Amino acid sequence: MTALTNPLLLAVILINFFTLGSTRLGACIRIVAIQGALLAMLPLAIHGFTLHAILLATGAFCFKGLLIPWLLFRAIREVRIRRELEPIIGFVPTLALGVLTTAGAFLFADVLPLAAEHHEGLLVPTALATMFAGFLLLISRRKAITQVLGYLMLENGIFVIGVLLSDALPLMVEAGVLLDLLVAVFVMGIVMNHISREFATINTEGLSALKE
Amino acid sequence: MIGSLALHVALLLLFAPLLQGVINKTKAWFAGRVGAPLLQPYHDLARLWRKGFVFSRTTTWVFLAGPVVGLTVPVLAALLLPFGAVPAPISFEGDLILFVYLFGLSRFFTAAAALDTGSSFEGMGAAREVTFSCLAEPTVLFALLVLARLSGGLSLNRLLGDHLLAAWQSGAGAALGLILVCLFVVLLVENSRIPFDDPNTHLELTMIHEVMVLDHSGPAFGMIVYGAALKMMVLAALLVRLALPWQTGWWATDVAVFLAELFGVAILIGVIESTMARLRLPRVPQVLIGTMLLSMFALVLVLR
Amino acid sequence: MDNMTWLVMAIVLTALAGVPGLFCRRDGSGAERLACLLTLAGCAGGLTAVALSLSGTGTPPLTMPWTVPAGAFALELDPLSALFLLPLFVVVAAGSIYGLRYWPQRQNPANGRKLRLFYGLISAAMILLMVARNGVLFLLAWEVMALAGFFLISTQDHKEEVRRAGFLYLIATHTGTVALIGLFALLDHAAGSLDFPAAGTLPAAGSSAMFLLALLGFGMKAGLMPLHIWLPGAHAAAPSHASALLSGVMIKTGIYGLVRFTSFFAAIPAWWGWTLLALGAVSGILGVALALAQHDIKRLLAYHSVENIGIIVLGLGLALLGRSHQLPELVTLGLAGCLLHVVNHGLFKSLLFLSAGSVIHAVGSRQLDGYGGLLKRQPWTGLLFLGGAVAISGLPPFNGFISEWLIYLGAFRALQAPVATLGMAALTAPALALIGGLALACFVKVFGIAFLGEPRSAAAAGAGEAPPAMLVPMAILLAACAWIGLLPTTLAPLLSAAVTSWSSETTAAVSRTAFAPLAGVSLVGWLLLLLAGGIGFWLYRRARQTARDNATWGCGYRCPTPRMQYTACSFADGLVRLFQFSLWSERQGGQVAGLFPATTSFARHTPDAVLDRLLRPLFLQIARLLRRIRALVQNGVIAIYLLYVALTVMALLAFVTL
Repeated sequence: MTALTNPLLLAVILINFFTLGSTRLGACIRIVAIQGALLAMLPLAIHGFTLHAILLATGAFCFKGLLIPWLLFRAIREVRIRRELEPIIGFVPTLALGVLTTAGAFLFADVLPLAAEHHEGLLVPTALATMFAGFLLLISRRKAITQVLGYLMLENGIFVIGVLLSDALPLMVEAGVLLDLLVAVFVMGIVMNHISREFATINTEGLSALKE
Repeated sequence: MIGSLALHVALLLLFAPLLQGVINKTKAWFAGRVGAPLLQPYHDLARLWRKGFVFSRTTTWVFLAGPVVGLTVPVLAALLLPFGAVPAPISFEGDLILFVYLFGLSRFFTAAAALDTGSSFEGMGAAREVTFSCLAEPTVLFALLVLARLSGGLSLNRLLGDHLLAAWQSGAGAALGLILVCLFVVLLVENSRIPFDDPNTHLELTMIHEVMVLDHSGPAFGMIVYGAALKMMVLAALLVRLALPWQTGWWATDVAVFLAELFGVAILIGVIESTMARLRLPRVPQVLIGTMLLSMFALVLVLR
Repeated sequence: MDNMTWLVMAIVLTALAGVPGLFCRRDGSGAERLACLLTLAGCAGGLTAVALSLSGTGTPPLTMPWTVPAGAFALELDPLSALFLLPLFVVVAAGSIYGLRYWPQRQNPANGRKLRLFYGLISAAMILLMVARNGVLFLLAWEVMALAGFFLISTQDHKEEVRRAGFLYLIATHTGTVALIGLFALLDHAAGSLDFPAAGTLPAAGSSAMFLLALLGFGMKAGLMPLHIWLPGAHAAAPSHASALLSGVMIKTGIYGLVRFTSFFAAIPAWWGWTLLALGAVSGILGVALALAQHDIKRLLAYHSVENIGIIVLGLGLALLGRSHQLPELVTLGLAGCLLHVVNHGLFKSLLFLSAGSVIHAVGSRQLDGYGGLLKRQPWTGLLFLGGAVAISGLPPFNGFISEWLIYLGAFRALQAPVATLGMAALTAPALALIGGLALACFVKVFGIAFLGEPRSAAAAGAGEAPPAMLVPMAILLAACAWIGLLPTTLAPLLSAAVTSWSSETTAAVSRTAFAPLAGVSLVGWLLLLLAGGIGFWLYRRARQTARDNATWGCGYRCPTPRMQYTACSFADGLVRLFQFSLWSERQGGQVAGLFPATTSFARHTPDAVLDRLLRPLFLQIARLLRRIRALVQNGVIAIYLLYVALTVMALLAFVTL
């Protein structure tokens, strides 16, 4: 484990906070893309330049750093939205909740029954904090795009854990996760287009009118 | 003791206006202008010194107490703070709280002096000033808690001692980086700089600090300007010591390094002022709450 | 005479101070001077007793047989009691002099005699309570104090608002008393007698129920956050010198109870400290946020009492955590901060209530938004109020800073302690910083709106300075505040003695090192005073010749009026909006529509978060439910009533046979 890991993970946590506190969708997509790119460097930082790590890093960088952000940017261009205006929970409260869950993640990671070498660094708490932040984004925002971003952050958190375990688990697991996400983005894109066309809005709250 | 006291006070009183000059020069350079000379703030102070007063008939003695306390407080606060590697002349366990609360005292009197004019404009400035400072204070305390945890002492001399160099390289470096950013934001807010406030315009409804001093004139206004420069230098000194805790071993080189670092901060402020736009007013509390949460996160990092 | 004799004399003299007045004419003024004299004599006697006991010539506790079952007339004056008694005597004496001109018998023939009788009684009851060492005696004093307090609050009982506040207080205080009776019953069971056990003797087993009862009973009196419901109304309704007594001293009996109660136990569970820290932080932050939203000067000051009780409880919580984890320095700093803040709050809050009373006396209204420009009309009152405002905001060089400084240091020490879980206790420091910042905002608002600017009403424009009989007591209180702020080392031995008598974990040596930096604080305080004084004098000399003949720039309006100034409401609006999630302020109007808007108005009102938002709706619902049940049960059909009788008989028979 090199000295690069901790600054990387801290940057990841700071990006979580930024995403929770920002109103602008473009900035959010960009910063989550940066988060993905930073995370893509993580396997290299931890395992060195092995073939497995390089594959994982390139794959992650292409998907998280380039492809998905590009898809999302295309999506917001098509539906012409720039800002998340009326979140279900306000920006400052979400940010406060984000810090609380992050602090909770740090406390919780200390009591998890992990291997001793995993207790030391920031990996596990960062993974948990990023997952919680993703959940928060999913819960607190109305726009489908921000919800996709939430999925993305959730997946980033899972990726951190995956990197931790990538010696033990085969590459397939990671690929599967990435594929899942890609499918999710496609589905969301389709759903979004449909909602936008049918109801002239992409508020997911409109979906609740479909019940019964 | 006397020598170090004299050195501290001399450094503070002589170089504080120069920082303003450096900031203005940087901004002029960014704008492609020649700009005012570096020593312009000194000329401004001298000019204000020679002028007479203009008082509103609404004002009382409180109107003069604002500038007086605003000038006294930074001088006393500077005595508690190490300037670079030069230790503070007055130091005792717990002086960090006194440092924070002294600035509270100056805020009380500056805001009261603003209300003394009876102008709705200055009332607005006073209200904003106390509102935003409320949110900045917990950030400072979180930062001090982080430093106290790392140093084991409770005086600013110990908090900003030479152990910081080792701390930056250890696992606490991340937390130190976070509080450095937070304290820089506090510095910008407290000294009414862009992106939180614009020190150059008075006549906009979006100002915070500068509207409070609108009705002051002559030497009293000079004291306010000088006090603001001193306050800027004191807070910048805190930041500089935290960011670059170097030690050369001889006091003269220490002082030179410290001054060079201060001018570095001034240039940085100038760059930020030239490249950023002012935040909308409703965003300011949000940013301050954000920095408060960040500094809290830094505390969690060192508590771990 | 030994100090116990002095003390008993103090109790008797203050208790009887109002009695001669009952035999005098309603509109004469002789009796009130006599009452004031008796009270002053009592206070002087009490101060002598305290001074004697502190100078080391302490006498053994006084115990006399008493015919009441399980009761004993046991009195003891230890440093802890002495520390609580010190501000009491000062405030009682200052208030009684102040009352001579604030509430003269001649102008208040209907209630002046009643006020003085109960003022004396409540003072005596509080002295007795602080030195009582037996449960029955303590409860007796407690009830006399509570009832005298009720009569003080409802002095002007011809007003509807005052009667409501009085009844609310009565209900609250008796709820607390019920809890205390339960507490003393359990204590009797645990200790074997109703006499107070010595410090650190009771085992921790079974103490949790006792702690919760103490928290309810004493917390209700102290006005800790969810239990503070009676406080704002009561303090606003009472005459100002009575409010000063209630807020400055009476609510501290709750703190005294908690401190005394926690001293009994040998070991303190950690959750006691954590509970107090959480309650203290909530009380402090929400108390000051509610204060910010008020426009009635006395309600505002009352909410600041809630805030300061929060700060005091934060100190106590740190001290308890220190005892749980055997950290002597934390115990010393926390408890010293708590006790010193008790003294300080007694002094500056009374000062503020008295000067607020002087303003109300001159203007005839409690609404801040009707004041303005009073510093020119009441220069001395304004100066004294400013001193109190700086002190309560916890700013150097006054006393509020010293006690908050001690609590801050405790929080930092908790962070540096080797116990990992104590790190969370360090959050006390940012909480205190937030409280301090909000308190500063609030007192800038009060001082600025009331004393500075232009008068907003004709009454404020015609106000005059208060007479010396009202100013001198305030000046004495301010001098005491400045004394503690500038010479804090003089109080260090007393604090040290009180802390060591409270807990055996800490020693005099620990407190000597803990209090040593106070000399540095004092040095900076003097420097501040000298430097500011010097520069100020120079500036004043230079500015003296300038004529003040211009009007303030009117922001471009041609005919600015005083009503265009910032008001209390607008000054606090930014912060109130930030705290909207806990204040639930009501806003009406303020929207402007169209290019040429018609006359519009804006009003903001902040009712109490617990009382008006939670308890009142809850009890209204319960009352409605019960009324419905009553309508169902008591339906006027005689056959049904007979059925009830038959059912009751059957139930009784079944009960007897089973």
